[in-house]
Amino acid sequence: MKPKNNHSIARSFLAHFLLILLAFMCLFFFYILIVNSSRSHAELQKGFSALPSGSFAKNFSAVANDGTFPMLNGIVNSIIVSGLCAAICTYFSALTAYGLYVYDFKLKKIAFTMIMAILVMPTQVTALGFLRLITNMGMYDSLLPLILPSVASPAVFYFMYSYLKSNLPISLVEAARIDGSGEFKTFNRIVIPIMKPAIAVQAIFTFVGAWNNYFVPALIIQSKNKMTVPILVATLRGADYMSFDMGKVYMMITVAIVPIIVVYLFLSKFIIAGVTLGGVKE
Amino acid sequence: MNKKRGISRAKWGYIFILPFFLTYFIFSLIPLLDTIRYSFYEYYRSGLKIIGPNFVGFDNYASVMGTDFFTYLGNTFVLWIIGFIPQIAIALLLAAWFTDARLKIHGEQFFKVVIYLPNLIMASAFAMLFFTIFSTSGPANSILMNLGITSAPIDFMGTPTGTRILVGTMNFLMWFGNTTIMLMAAIMGISPDIFEAASIDGCTPTQTFFNITLPLIRPILSYTLITSLIGGLQMFDVPQILTNGQGNPNRTSYTLIMWLNNLLRAPDYGRAGALSVYLFIVSGILCFFVYKMMNDEDAYQKKSKKKGKR
Repeated sequence: MKPKNNHSIARSFLAHFLLILLAFMCLFFFYILIVNSSRSHAELQKGFSALPSGSFAKNFSAVANDGTFPMLNGIVNSIIVSGLCAAICTYFSALTAYGLYVYDFKLKKIAFTMIMAILVMPTQVTALGFLRLITNMGMYDSLLPLILPSVASPAVFYFMYSYLKSNLPISLVEAARIDGSGEFKTFNRIVIPIMKPAIAVQAIFTFVGAWNNYFVPALIIQSKNKMTVPILVATLRGADYMSFDMGKVYMMITVAIVPIIVVYLFLSKFIIAGVTLGGVKE
Repeated sequence: MNKKRGISRAKWGYIFILPFFLTYFIFSLIPLLDTIRYSFYEYYRSGLKIIGPNFVGFDNYASVMGTDFFTYLGNTFVLWIIGFIPQIAIALLLAAWFTDARLKIHGEQFFKVVIYLPNLIMASAFAMLFFTIFSTSGPANSILMNLGITSAPIDFMGTPTGTRILVGTMNFLMWFGNTTIMLMAAIMGISPDIFEAASIDGCTPTQTFFNITLPLIRPILSYTLITSLIGGLQMFDVPQILTNGQGNPNRTSYTLIMWLNNLLRAPDYGRAGALSVYLFIVSGILCFFVYKMMNDEDAYQKKSKKKGKR
């Protein structure tokens, strides 16, 4: 049945070879990271060794008890910011998408066009005005300005809108109305459950995006106890780190990276399917 | 009939979209207008004194649009292209392989999971990791010396090319998996009949790729190109952390957003404003292309939907 000639065998070999090479490239750096975060400063000075050593717990407690780089506190801040961003961003994007999809009103077309026009607009171009606004509103050096703007996320809106278009029959909304359900109740009780898959996918991407966000938070947050993880990593780079315990430095990077990797390994199938669902990702 | 009912509920439409637009006006539109306003003022710190704000017309625009601007724009472009060319080439190749029915890839799911992984990694932590790994006393040099490839440690970040290649490599690693998955979806959207017909007609995989797959996924390719360009224009985290905000050696890895960051921190709001407006115009043009692409697709869908109803 399978007339395999030399050519297709060579092709298959090449494909597997390249894939293994790329997978190696992707994983090797993280392997070095994990190995090195388990070694003591003295061991690290002797050069690289492929085998982990026994200082993992020691390095971790050194990071946990460091007052100059409050990593664990940063993780708590990052979880608060990213979690709230994911929650309000998905809820309000779904709400906006529903509003534009189900109702007919005069400004509907203009509103839709406006959102589409700003779909991929970088946030950096408004950073100056944003920074001044936040300062004038008295929200400078607080976590609030990192969370609130996520109510208006055009890309997530577009994803939700596409999802609604293919998954919510208007007749269902009409039926709910006939049964006497109020408009908000219909949205919360009927539409939200239907949109669960889309909300879950976008919640993950928004969470990761907020977790990794660096440019704007670094401009706004000044006090150490309010810093999120990326700002702390940047502070670490800016410090005279060569005099540091290198085992600790590797452990700090591990602490910043590994939580996301662990979550990813559990949800990878779901996340990869989600990348293409809406077609739009920055 | 549908429309008549809709009008009576128009108020709900406004209520539902109000939070989005309110937030957008407060946190994006007002800052944008304010940024434009500041670009016409002289407003900076000199020593301990704050100078301005004084209206200076287009002075900031003229002063920003100097040789620095073009150097940093060039740097940004070079850093982007070093990552983008291998990214799109590898992604095309992998997408074609993953979707080729005649080529059975073992462990396909595993490879997909692994190549997408770097996309989720915090760019700043990833850059910090590269910085420690490729420092003169880091593990990369230690491995190269153990293997006997080099006798003395290489100063990867001491040369412009070395730094640029490191930044490009990180961008490549972070984005090729994502692009592969996007392109795969596009290829799987092509009717399998076309591939079958090509196979019956005796097309080799190479011919199929260049004559069928590539032309048919052109729209998603241009979408990828433009969104990647917009992303490239915003390049900040990786070179900022890798070079500690200096873009050294000799500012060869200094990007436009790193410049904006330094102007905002100086602070020099006037010139930061002018630079923002330039960036706004460039990304506005790029956004317009994305908008057109998304809109064409949308209009097409609407038309076919209407036809279906009638």
